Amino acid sequence: MVNLAPTKPASRVAAAPTSTIRKPRGLSGTGGRTAALFLTPFFAVFALAMVAPVIYSIVLSFFAQQKSGLGFGEAKTAFVGLENYLQVLQSEAFVGGIGRLALYCALYIPCMVGGAVAFALLLDAAVARARKLFQLFVFLPHAVPGVIAALIWAYMYTPGVSPIVSVLETGGISLNFLDAHLILPSIVNIAVWEWTGYNVIVLFTALQAVPREVLEAARVDGAGEIRAALSIKLPLILPALSVIMLFTVIGTLQLFTEPSIISKATASVTSTWVPNMWAYDAAFNRHNLNQAAAASIIIALMAAVLSWAVTRFSSRMNKA
Amino acid sequence: MSATTFPRPRTALAPSPLKRRRAARVGFASTFTVNALLILGCAYMVLPVLWLFFASTKNTADLYGTAAYAFGHPAFFDNVVAVLSQDGGVFLRWMANSMFYAAFGAVFGGLISVMAGYAFDKFQFRGKDSFFGIVLVGVLIPNTATVLPMYLLASVFGITNTIWAVLIPVLCNPFGVYLARVYSAAYVPAETLEAARVDGAGAIRSFFSLGLPMMLPGYITIALFQFVGVWNNFMLPLVMLQDQQLLPVSVGISIWQGYAVPQPEFTPLVITGSLLSIVPLLLAFIMLQRFWKSGLTAGSVK
Repeated sequence: MVNLAPTKPASRVAAAPTSTIRKPRGLSGTGGRTAALFLTPFFAVFALAMVAPVIYSIVLSFFAQQKSGLGFGEAKTAFVGLENYLQVLQSEAFVGGIGRLALYCALYIPCMVGGAVAFALLLDAAVARARKLFQLFVFLPHAVPGVIAALIWAYMYTPGVSPIVSVLETGGISLNFLDAHLILPSIVNIAVWEWTGYNVIVLFTALQAVPREVLEAARVDGAGEIRAALSIKLPLILPALSVIMLFTVIGTLQLFTEPSIISKATASVTSTWVPNMWAYDAAFNRHNLNQAAAASIIIALMAAVLSWAVTRFSSRMNKA
Repeated sequence: MSATTFPRPRTALAPSPLKRRRAARVGFASTFTVNALLILGCAYMVLPVLWLFFASTKNTADLYGTAAYAFGHPAFFDNVVAVLSQDGGVFLRWMANSMFYAAFGAVFGGLISVMAGYAFDKFQFRGKDSFFGIVLVGVLIPNTATVLPMYLLASVFGITNTIWAVLIPVLCNPFGVYLARVYSAAYVPAETLEAARVDGAGAIRSFFSLGLPMMLPGYITIALFQFVGVWNNFMLPLVMLQDQQLLPVSVGISIWQGYAVPQPEFTPLVITGSLLSIVPLLLAFIMLQRFWKSGLTAGSVK
């Protein structure tokens, strides 16, 4: 739409007889050149930081370092086709990690999203007090980096330091949050703590945009506060909710920081606990870069498929 | 019950005294319940951070020997001194590194995103939808999925363990482009640019003298989000950097946590260091509340 002055008269002459609506589009030549100027920096870093690494990893994933004969001498790089992918997918630890990640999603997403919806609705209830203060408190965990959050909770789970364990013990309950049975819910709790408040604010902002007349009309019709929350407010914030779902799903696939930190506090979290940790371990402990590349590509593909599915699902939900 | 014998017109304007009293009681009960639940939720959010604060005031013995939310022998300043002097003051170096990486990503990554978002909103060009589609794919790919590939490529160029291995990736912020497009549509009226064009201003000049100032709140929001993202990033610097002098504070503290497993006397350092490392972000959030709120709205409601 922004065009340089000299080209305008010529195009006006050309475009005038046909239509006035097409005029800006007729000038797309110059628009394209200026747009390129503005877009080049972004697409350059995008190519450097995303496209090129992924392409290089795909190439790398088709090769392997092979030692000749008896395993002596220099390792040679050989083309092995899909061999690396097969090895990754046949690794019990990698597949186990996917299973763990799926279980983590199944536990984390309902807890976090449900908690955020409930808290936002409570905050939006007519009788809620001190909303600003509550918002500030609930957002606090978002200012805490994932590493520090995981560290704090690691201490909150460690007997001897943990206030939770000591309160439970006075009640006669002894729980070890770090043992093999409880470690998954314990890590889910860290993520819930980190992300619920952020999403409460997103949902609360959406709730504030619900027209007050609609709620007033519901009240006159005799709908109570709870009824209004569930059958009027909730459907109206569905678009915000579906965006949250999308970013939550993408976020869960990133799981790396929290289990890596917790793994130093307990043996229940192995060094290949989730797929990202498996790939890290392949690169830095087993020094098999080709396998690490294949694992990264598998993880990126899973993420792409999942976020595509969530986008499709949520757009259908919003239309319905 | 008595309503059956003396039918009354139902009106919202004049409820019976009995009904009004019950409404008041219900009102009190629901006010109490709602606010009690809110307080409970906030306690869950705040208590762990409060624990970090209390723990940072104790020495190792009190950490294990006193109640979690009580003070022991005041040791806060001793802990801070210990954190700052450990390994020749490496903690301050880590904080400065974090600040530099995050500020670099925020200022330059933010500007790159704003320019691209502005172009997507204000210019017509061929293949616009496909290019924007590429940006959206970038939004959907999780960061951690590209970290190892980035490492593999960076080692080909021999830039691992240099600041460039961290600085180049933090410039790429596809979500910022998406936000910037929304902000450009909301804040920069096409008529203003048209007027500038009539006055003979080129596209670049009108961006820097009109578009960018008008989008400043959006730029600050995108920069703030990028700052937080880089400050919190763990996997990228963990993979890319080995030199202690280059580490950001998140990776540095995790190394200390590793030391604290065999040597418990390291624990106060980990705890106090953690507390000190969240102070800059807390301040940024409190001072720039208006901006992060607008970013949350633009990113999710629209």
